[in-house]
Amino acid sequence: MSAPYLLEVCGLEVAYGGIRAVQGVDLAVASGEIVALIGANGAGKTTTLKALSGLLPPKSGSLRYEGADVTGKPAYHLVRKGLSLVPEGRGVFPRLTVAENLAMGAYIRNDRHEIRRDFDRVYALFARLAERREQLAGTLSGGEQQMLAIGRAMMSRPKLLLLDEPSMGLAPLMVQKIFETVRAIAAEGVTLLLVEQNAKLALETCSRGYVMESGRVVLADSAAALLASPQVRRAYLGE
Amino acid sequence: MEIFTQQLINGLVLGSIYALVALGYTMVYGILGLINFAHGDITMVGALVALTVVQALAAAGVPAPLVLVLAGGCAILVCSLLGLSIERVAYRPLRRAPRLAPLITAIGISILLQYTAALIWGKQYIALPKLLEPAAIDIAGAQLTTLQLAIFVLACGIMALLLWFIKASRMGRAMRATEQNPDVAGLMGVNVDTVIAFTFVVGSAIGAVAGLMVVLYYGIGHYFMGFMLGLKAFTAAVLGGIGNVGGAVLGGLLLGVIESMASGYIGDLTGGVLGSNYRDIFAFLVLVLVLVVKPSGLLGQSGGDRA
Repeated sequence: MSAPYLLEVCGLEVAYGGIRAVQGVDLAVASGEIVALIGANGAGKTTTLKALSGLLPPKSGSLRYEGADVTGKPAYHLVRKGLSLVPEGRGVFPRLTVAENLAMGAYIRNDRHEIRRDFDRVYALFARLAERREQLAGTLSGGEQQMLAIGRAMMSRPKLLLLDEPSMGLAPLMVQKIFETVRAIAAEGVTLLLVEQNAKLALETCSRGYVMESGRVVLADSAAALLASPQVRRAYLGE
Repeated sequence: MEIFTQQLINGLVLGSIYALVALGYTMVYGILGLINFAHGDITMVGALVALTVVQALAAAGVPAPLVLVLAGGCAILVCSLLGLSIERVAYRPLRRAPRLAPLITAIGISILLQYTAALIWGKQYIALPKLLEPAAIDIAGAQLTTLQLAIFVLACGIMALLLWFIKASRMGRAMRATEQNPDVAGLMGVNVDTVIAFTFVVGSAIGAVAGLMVVLYYGIGHYFMGFMLGLKAFTAAVLGGIGNVGGAVLGGLLLGVIESMASGYIGDLTGGVLGSNYRDIFAFLVLVLVLVVKPSGLLGQSGGDRA
């Protein structure tokens, strides 16, 4: 018997207006794991995450989440089951305030008291957001928007958090801060699937990794093994 | 001075009706980027349904306040269902189509509604039976009728309620989020289809109330009445900044006042060449001026920072 996976993806294919961006991806994430999905620009990482979160319908293949078939289920359904995506480019609502963005994260919940506590948790995690809670999200810096996007996803109390390029376009110090937070979230027991172009940072954070190339998974191994692999070092670590 | 005060009163009352209709245009535009040209005709359907109910009940001797409530209720019900069906049947299948497709569809729906109404109610003007005896209140030499006052107060009440709802309620927040990024709203658990359908229902229901107000104010209804009313309300929405709810309110009131002032003074200004029946010129002059000088409208964001 294999370990019970939280998320299982079999033969996933996704087409974008005629282009087959993902051409048969198999991957699995067990409860409590931190898994990295790395690869070059255009390898199909973002498209894979969009399909996993229900933003894009798969052309073929199957998605299983918590043992149930969720292939083709829309995003608003999956987030209710505890599967949440922090999209590429952050996707904050620019003309909602920071607090309103966070409230949108808790849209699926009714437990007012607990929601208030989660607001405090997010503000404790990101003091910058607490200072700016009444400010429009569009006026925040890139790093602050990334904090907001992650904090907003946490407001839904996800079991599985998909993170798409959290370090993109951020200054090195901010990248460090974001990755510290990612590790803190994982330490709370949230399962993570992390897409990154910064392969070194991703593999140092995660326990396992998948490498994508031209829409396919070409390597799957423990993070340590991937970091040591000559193929990965040459292609993604610039050696 | 009496002319000024009188036209200000008339303008605010008319403008509050324009504003109600403009809200329907601006809410749908905000969320779908679609100019729903059928909205004026939904208002027309509301007006004619209300007229029919008033005719039937007034003849049966039902007291006037009850007649009004029932007429408004029926109009709201019919228009809400109409808005819901139009969105479901005509616009939703075109959600990912090029922008011109739903626009042309909207014009088609507008024509369909007009001629369906002509089949049901005929092409003649329909008169409102005598129902109310509005008293007049004297304000600095000008007259404000109790009907005008009631229309203005109700319109402002509806607008305040809607603005509060969009600002403070969970559904209102979901509407704003969907408007700004429908995909991410979906990631938050918002069913975008439900939010869009809800927007159509609210816009149509408010349009129905506006239709009833027009019928009470002018005392007549007609299958083509939604055309001009719709164009004026659309102008009001553009003037305020289309997509902006507060802008629709401001644009509607302003347009009403501009139009009333113009019709009050146009005779003097042109030496009697043009009479007050030319007042429609001004609404469209405003539209052209706004589109040339500030296309984003008074309260609208300029195209660039709409993320």
